[in-house]
Amino acid sequence: MNIFVCVKQVPDTETKITPTSDGSFIETASIKWIMNPYDEFAVEQALLVKQANPAANVTVVRVGSTKDTEALRTAMAMGADDAILVEAPDNLDSYSIAKALKGAIGKSGKTPDLILTGKQAIDDDALQVPQILAEMLKLPSVSVIVGFELQGNTAKVKREVEGGALEVYELATPCVLAANKGLNTPRYASLPGIMKAKKKPLTQLSLADVGVSDADRRVKYSGFKLPPEKPPGKKFDATDAAKQREVVAQVVGLLRTEAKVI
Amino acid sequence: MANVLVFAESHDGHVKPVTLEILGKLAGQTADVALIGDISADEVAKLAKNGAQNVHKLKGANLDKYSPEGYANALAEFIKSKNYDYVFGGATSMGKDLLPRLATKFDAGLASDVVNFTFDGGAFAGTRPLFAGKCLAKVELTGPKPHFVSIRPNALGMTASPTAGSGTATDVNANAGDIRATIKEIIKAASTKVDLTEANIIVTGGRAMKNAENFKILNELADVIGATVGASRAAVDSGFAPHAMQVGQTGKTVAPSLYIACGVSGAIQHLAGMRTSKVIVAINSDPDAPIFTKADYGIVGDLFQIVPVLTEEFKKLLGK
Repeated sequence: MNIFVCVKQVPDTETKITPTSDGSFIETASIKWIMNPYDEFAVEQALLVKQANPAANVTVVRVGSTKDTEALRTAMAMGADDAILVEAPDNLDSYSIAKALKGAIGKSGKTPDLILTGKQAIDDDALQVPQILAEMLKLPSVSVIVGFELQGNTAKVKREVEGGALEVYELATPCVLAANKGLNTPRYASLPGIMKAKKKPLTQLSLADVGVSDADRRVKYSGFKLPPEKPPGKKFDATDAAKQREVVAQVVGLLRTEAKVI
Repeated sequence: MANVLVFAESHDGHVKPVTLEILGKLAGQTADVALIGDISADEVAKLAKNGAQNVHKLKGANLDKYSPEGYANALAEFIKSKNYDYVFGGATSMGKDLLPRLATKFDAGLASDVVNFTFDGGAFAGTRPLFAGKCLAKVELTGPKPHFVSIRPNALGMTASPTAGSGTATDVNANAGDIRATIKEIIKAASTKVDLTEANIIVTGGRAMKNAENFKILNELADVIGATVGASRAAVDSGFAPHAMQVGQTGKTVAPSLYIACGVSGAIQHLAGMRTSKVIVAINSDPDAPIFTKADYGIVGDLFQIVPVLTEEFKKLLGK
């Protein structure tokens, strides 16, 4: 059984984003990179499947820059068997990334039984790659999954939609599934795991190796800028219990007369 | 002038409001609507009022409930029979799942979660937030047509006096094709409230809520003002609320008219997810909490004392 997990390396959630002076992207020099948080759930789910099917092989695939390989090493330290890195700029669009992932999976020589990803990467927040990859591979897919059971070749998954309602899908493998928070609790990499990960095979490919060129770009970004700052608001002290009602009544009044939102 | 198709997500015969936001903003282009299933004449009239020319109702076997493949197959076949430059849809749960797959059937690009756009000589240019709203960028599309765009609900707003279209409704025979991933069951949410991403008013609780039971006071406030209740990551990770309620970079990005943050300190990843709310009220006992830098109205005080008073004052104001 071949399981592929597609991961992305993204700026840590605490990162302050600074656009480059020409607005073409963001400053990346001093960023702390982490595995995309949603991808951790995908890695964990692959490892849970491997626990139940010890013969399974888990390959993690990433398309991105080689500044560091934190995300792939983390995944292998958690227990993935091997990794593929397709060297690419960090601002590639979803179509190019999906095509590169398809190419990398093809190059591995392994036929996928299950492809897991996070539901979105928290950098470009596009929510596109899993579905594009599935369509390119002509596979069924379910995104935003919070429940997963595998029996033989049938996956039963729960997809979270608006308001927390769940759609329960049944589909045969091979398929592409995109994980949401809540699917499982990702394990921490153990120290022996981290040591072992250093010796696990990491194959490096170029975009040309996986058949992707500039002509595959579909979405062009420019003019990166910070959102406009709000003018400072009004602050009221209601620490004194005797003043609370007066302050609250004043704010409620302003919401109607000044802000006109209620 | 661009020839545009708007995919209208419909449930129980009603189209999602984001459809009308998109149509209103498309004034000056030719806009048709396609939807799966049926809607009433009143709903068609609503679409027409906001600018829809033709309303295509796609009907066929195995399209009674959503499936990514069935919907994508049916819409792709229909779109191929026409000559659209652009296909728009809402960046809803369904839109986010469906549109990337549909676009790929045309080897085409999708600009997702766009919050504003213009057409210059028939060419689309949009604005979208990245890094959960920590920055904005211009987004354009290239490559095979039609080009696809998904629009974040609540971002464009309704057009006050839209240019009406003819709203000619026609039935279209649609083919769902081969469906491998099907919905076997739908488990309804405990709450019947509108989703955070579509809510007009949101009341959010942070770590200072201390436990899940205390969210009761937020629910009471929310009931009075018709709000949906959210939670910060700290509150979700502490087990006070489910992840479906999380606002922020690893939760939902929201843009309501009114956002009331109760006991939320305002971590950068939370601020990113709610900073585009039109009006922000923050209640926090720490006068230096970062949330106050984004608040239009900040109240320094104990939320357990303030929130019930706030509920009462809103009741008075709204005559409840």
